[in-house]
Amino acid sequence: MSEDTYKFLIAGVGGQGTVLASDILAEVGIRLGYDTKKSDILGLAVRGGSVVSHVQWAPKVHSPVLDEYDVDYLIGFEWLETLRRLSYIKPDGFILANDCRIDPMTVTSGDANYPDKDRMLADFKNAAQQVQTIAGTRTALDLGNVLCFNIVVLGGLSKILGNEPDIWRAVIEDRVPTKVADLNLTAYEKGRELIN
Amino acid sequence: MKALLSGNEAIARGAYEAGIEVATGYPGTPSSEILQNVATYKTIYSEWSVNEKVAMDAAAGAAYSGRRALVTTKQVGMNVLSDSLFYTAYTGLEAGLVVLTADDPGMFSSQNEQDNRHYAKLGKFPMLEPADSQECKDFIVRGIEISEQFDTPVVVRTTMRTSHSKSVVELGGDPAQASEVGPFTRNMQKYNCMCLWSKKRHPILEQRLLDLAEFAETYPDNVISWGDRDMGIIASGVVYEYARQVFPKASFLKLGMVYPLPKKMIKAFADGVKKLLVIEELDPFIEEQIRAMGIDAIGKALFPPCDELLPQTLQKIARESGLLPPVEKTLPALDTPDLPGRSPVLCAGCPHRSTFYLLNKMKLPVAGDIGCYNLGTLPPFNAQHTMGSMGASIGVLHGMGKSNLPEPAVCTIGDGTFFHAGIPPLLNMVHNHGKGTVIIMDNCTTAMTGHQDHPGNNYTLMGKPTKEVDIETLVRALGVEKVMRVDAFDVKAMGKALKECTAYDGTAVLIAQGPCIFVSRNPQPAYIVDAEKCVACGTCAKAGCPATIKIDEVNPKTKMKKAGIDPVLCIGCDICRQVCPTGAIQKPE
Repeated sequence: MSEDTYKFLIAGVGGQGTVLASDILAEVGIRLGYDTKKSDILGLAVRGGSVVSHVQWAPKVHSPVLDEYDVDYLIGFEWLETLRRLSYIKPDGFILANDCRIDPMTVTSGDANYPDKDRMLADFKNAAQQVQTIAGTRTALDLGNVLCFNIVVLGGLSKILGNEPDIWRAVIEDRVPTKVADLNLTAYEKGRELIN
Repeated sequence: MKALLSGNEAIARGAYEAGIEVATGYPGTPSSEILQNVATYKTIYSEWSVNEKVAMDAAAGAAYSGRRALVTTKQVGMNVLSDSLFYTAYTGLEAGLVVLTADDPGMFSSQNEQDNRHYAKLGKFPMLEPADSQECKDFIVRGIEISEQFDTPVVVRTTMRTSHSKSVVELGGDPAQASEVGPFTRNMQKYNCMCLWSKKRHPILEQRLLDLAEFAETYPDNVISWGDRDMGIIASGVVYEYARQVFPKASFLKLGMVYPLPKKMIKAFADGVKKLLVIEELDPFIEEQIRAMGIDAIGKALFPPCDELLPQTLQKIARESGLLPPVEKTLPALDTPDLPGRSPVLCAGCPHRSTFYLLNKMKLPVAGDIGCYNLGTLPPFNAQHTMGSMGASIGVLHGMGKSNLPEPAVCTIGDGTFFHAGIPPLLNMVHNHGKGTVIIMDNCTTAMTGHQDHPGNNYTLMGKPTKEVDIETLVRALGVEKVMRVDAFDVKAMGKALKECTAYDGTAVLIAQGPCIFVSRNPQPAYIVDAEKCVACGTCAKAGCPATIKIDEVNPKTKMKKAGIDPVLCIGCDICRQVCPTGAIQKPE
């Protein structure tokens, strides 16, 4: 078992598959030999609200909830939600931001403005040492099912982490519905290809 | 074998390993996933009962019959079942009985932040509090053991974090084969709480608590781990894990049983440390008992009684109060500081949309209830003016009707909530000459908690076909004379029915019927907007659909943005087309 500690935060919108992604990430941690805990905010959030999942891999995890300034990897499924959780990232942390915009009701109703993408990106770079955007949604649409974008992003993450792909492939196969297993395995490979 | 389980999944596994044979409950966040997982174990009979009290009585009946039983509820559901839980503390049981309450510090999906540990003291039964998924599983097994050893119901209390967090669980073995039960035990002096017999049971109950307190002194889940003797911390549940993270060097007394407390153990721990902290989320339940023992402790003087007590809050308090050395951390200022909020919304295609669109237009006072339709409270509808507890809407409406308001009043209640607690107050309106319109928003499921079955469905939790109760027939049988049943997707018909019902001098029931999109998924092609016809009047936005968006094209006169429809979200429910005054929204060819 490794002595390293990994703290991940996944930020998304209800319906984006944030919880499935964090389940997969946590399961990978166990198979890599870590003690693992994860915590999601559920409840009303599934009706299109903000969703956030905390995942940790370490020799021993106590709190299932992460602190601000303490996250190693902030994985953003949507621009605004990534920005909303920016206070969690460590200054030497890594932000992996999916290129996806979902307007909240306050924006569609004209009561609020969606922040400018370049300014959000500047904020990301100001908060964390490493920032990488990933075209997860575009790639998933090209594969014919926008819902598998979460696996594209996880593919990218696994490349960044330098993990053994076989463990990830096995967990994805176990966790996604059988009829979309091949699609998601392809999505995983595409995600790895998107990261140099 | 190891598995990554949520607290709720682990509780279900614990029910299996403990040999529980009957499990009942009513859905409510954060407890709902327990019974859904219990239902995957075929050795256990499981059901969604009509409400928590019925679930509790049914579990008591099973435990009186010699079958181990489990009841699950969210924290406010304890208020509903407590009347029945309390009699089981007097009677005891023939087989183990565990009640699982999932509390909601932080109020992620609840109307209050009550701390259900108080119930243990009030009802005089033991309470266990697991800190992670492993303990969630193990404490159900231990709960059954304690229940049978001491002839008492045992309550296991989780919080949203313990129920919804996932951690590694070492699974135990399969339960022993269920034994045959004999004829029902006819022991009236024990199981019939007639006052003269119950009075004799009370001293037994008091002695049992003394025995349990003695048992707690050596109970293996009450654990002292000595660290630095300068600081000793007493904690339980997930807060113990938070405290371990924030104060890694301190000495700890972790309480697995939070009632009754092991007083000798606490005294020994307090004597062994220089400074004693009691760290509790919500109320000073343990702290007050420790202070009553004459032991000084730092607790609520530092740690707030509201909201979750997350590690970063603990850390901040510890640094500010000098318990930990200060550390400077500053967050870089954001270039985009004002983030638009992202509130939950009624889904595209939701049958509740027409009701709230109309109630907003009619500007009537609305007593609301608990379910997805409470989202009708938020903009653009602003259409539920009260909401308090399950089924309260009908009683509140009745009181409004007796108050000579200058306007007609209505209430909104879902089908699940109506079955849960809406029938007695409607009967009360009929009997006591009530006046007002009860809108039963029938979407054919218990939607908000994850689409669990209820008596209006033709299937049970275990997947068995069953008789579906027709709400209109039921309402008429209660004596309501003015009953209308309308297609919730027909805005015009809904408007007409609302006018008719609110003009009626008496108790009227309007059943707004349309299935939840998760029950009957029948997506139609996305609608389109003819930008030439759209005058950017904003009427469609008042229907509050997430699929109705604004496009960049503007009305040259008003400079307002015209409407568009998100083709991914729209399922063609037709409501926006019906409310559009210019015919710009159209069904695709």
